[in-house]
Amino acid sequence: MAKTMYEKIWDSHLVHEEPGQAPLLYIDRHLMHEVTSPQAFEGLDLAGRPIRNTHSILATLDHCVPTKLADRINLPDPIGAKQVRRMMENCEKHGLTLYDMESQNNGIIHVVVPEHGFVHPGMTTVCGDSHTATHGAFGALAFGIGTSEVEHVMATQCLPQTKSKTMLVNVNGTLSKFSTAKDIALAIIGKIGTAGGNGYVIEYAGSAIEALSMQGRMTLCNMAIESGARAGLVAPDQKTYDFLEGKEFTPKGDGWEKALAYWKSLPSDADAQHDTVIELDAADIAPQVTWGTSPEQVVPVDKKVPSPADFADAGKAKSCESALEYMGLTGGTNITDIKIDYVFLGSCTNSRLEDFRAAAEVVKGSKVAAGVTAIAVPGSYQVKKDAEAEGIDKIFLDAGWEWREPGCSMCLAMNGDQLKPQERCASTSNRNFEGRQGKGGRTHLVSPAMAAATAAAGRFVDIRTLEQG
Amino acid sequence: MEKYTKHTNVAALMNRANVDTDQIIAKQFLKKVERTGFGQHLFHDWCYLEDGTPNPKFELNNPAFDGARVLVVGDNFGCGSSREHAPWAIEDYGFNTIISTSYADIFYNNCFKNGILPIVVDAPTLKALMTEIEENPGVAFTVDLENQAVTTPKGTQVAFEIDGFRKTNLLSGLDDIGLTLKHTDKISEYETTHKERFPWLWAS
Repeated sequence: MAKTMYEKIWDSHLVHEEPGQAPLLYIDRHLMHEVTSPQAFEGLDLAGRPIRNTHSILATLDHCVPTKLADRINLPDPIGAKQVRRMMENCEKHGLTLYDMESQNNGIIHVVVPEHGFVHPGMTTVCGDSHTATHGAFGALAFGIGTSEVEHVMATQCLPQTKSKTMLVNVNGTLSKFSTAKDIALAIIGKIGTAGGNGYVIEYAGSAIEALSMQGRMTLCNMAIESGARAGLVAPDQKTYDFLEGKEFTPKGDGWEKALAYWKSLPSDADAQHDTVIELDAADIAPQVTWGTSPEQVVPVDKKVPSPADFADAGKAKSCESALEYMGLTGGTNITDIKIDYVFLGSCTNSRLEDFRAAAEVVKGSKVAAGVTAIAVPGSYQVKKDAEAEGIDKIFLDAGWEWREPGCSMCLAMNGDQLKPQERCASTSNRNFEGRQGKGGRTHLVSPAMAAATAAAGRFVDIRTLEQG
Repeated sequence: MEKYTKHTNVAALMNRANVDTDQIIAKQFLKKVERTGFGQHLFHDWCYLEDGTPNPKFELNNPAFDGARVLVVGDNFGCGSSREHAPWAIEDYGFNTIISTSYADIFYNNCFKNGILPIVVDAPTLKALMTEIEENPGVAFTVDLENQAVTTPKGTQVAFEIDGFRKTNLLSGLDDIGLTLKHTDKISEYETTHKERFPWLWAS
């Protein structure tokens, strides 16, 4: 029978199934950070249970980590410092690989894991972090779990799971050079909503997805969770294999050939059936900007902020009203008339080398507008080093940006980087929820190039209208 | 985990859609390394005014909802971050039941690990339940997981669906790691075959 990629991965990881029980799925890779693991280690230790496969785990410190060098030596927040210490103690005690703050491998978990080739096509991968979906870019079934499940995987290397439905999102056609994977992700969420993917694993396909780089695919799959999906998947292809070849954790020699043969068997069969199919034309996807407090509240940059009356659905109208109040916006305002105070370039969505290159092209020769603070936060030390080798740090610094150390930074604002109440931010992160970037802070999600143009203008800019230098 | 038993308790109403886990438990409270004490921080930014006093406009600060164990909310509750601190806060605050039309996937899973029953109803049913609370704040609903039914004083009877495995675990308060470990032989057997097929997974 024809199978989807999800079904192939599911079937090959099924350990046990019996009536009245949830199917038991084997987990290949377990990623960890300091925020969602301490209670899991505690539970494991209290029950006297060992970790089943320590080699399946790779850990980093990212959420609580300050991005100012001086603060990394002495963490200013004692509670965050305790959490960081606890993570180091737990990894030491259990013999786990941890990329701590002193490691040159340190960075955001979803940025460093691909850098080392730790997740491969066809693997089941979990992390106590919703953006684990990122690794679906490699054709791995990767999803976020809670802390109880973190403990469960450590103890058993398995998870009781319910099988998801599959949604095929076909994006065909050619993307404009001004639009990116981020704009595709936001356009999809705008179309299906933040609950549109509930109960599904999404497979992204079509010529526009095939044309994306691995970094672009990571950005796209990273935001699968913002549409409610358990995971996002992109079929592995030559770009995937080229990216992985020679990395620390990828097989070598004979192993590589065997792996390659397996990976090539993973894409969905041509006649496989998906439960739902969505179609988008890449040519229609303009640079996107969110205006509200949910990623589905998004419009193309050349449009206006909507009013509650624009929504037929009463619930959506009410959400629009409260979002406008929180965001301090009036329906009917041009997106390009919205002034901003802050720009954040970073997060597990958009902090890879390609993101900094794209932003640097726009930043080059510009100046950050008066009254605007702009911070560039590489996703890892590797990204930072690579960007600096290309002189990208200088381009940002010359333009008046701050060039920081790696970490989650202002994506979730639990590390000292945050907005003040009512400050408005153009952000390359993934969530514009109320208070996400600091209590009362107002977040607009955009692509790296859009963030860069916004920093220079002090307001949103349709980058398609910028003069080409 | 406490066993989930049939109960009749006040149902609190929060008529908001897409309530995300950042609202349920704000980031500044995620730094703790313990599992307990999150209830006092539930919906913090909505619950308190700038000066730290309770916000009288916030739904759950309505005295009629004191002691509520059932939380009735709008669509797509618990979206966003995977933080289990969200159900920890909900449970610690006193709720053991949520009623909505839909939940985000990770949040839904996390509820069952913490003795919380997330009930899914259709939109007209949710509206009827919400209306009953609006008309009579402080009304108590009876939740019977064994028979998969919610009953209200007005006589509304709601039958709900739930996965059999999850239902059994809630009713018995079982540690599901223990359940999985019963299959250790199967896991070892699987690993042997898996290692032969995919030896590179074990390379380090």
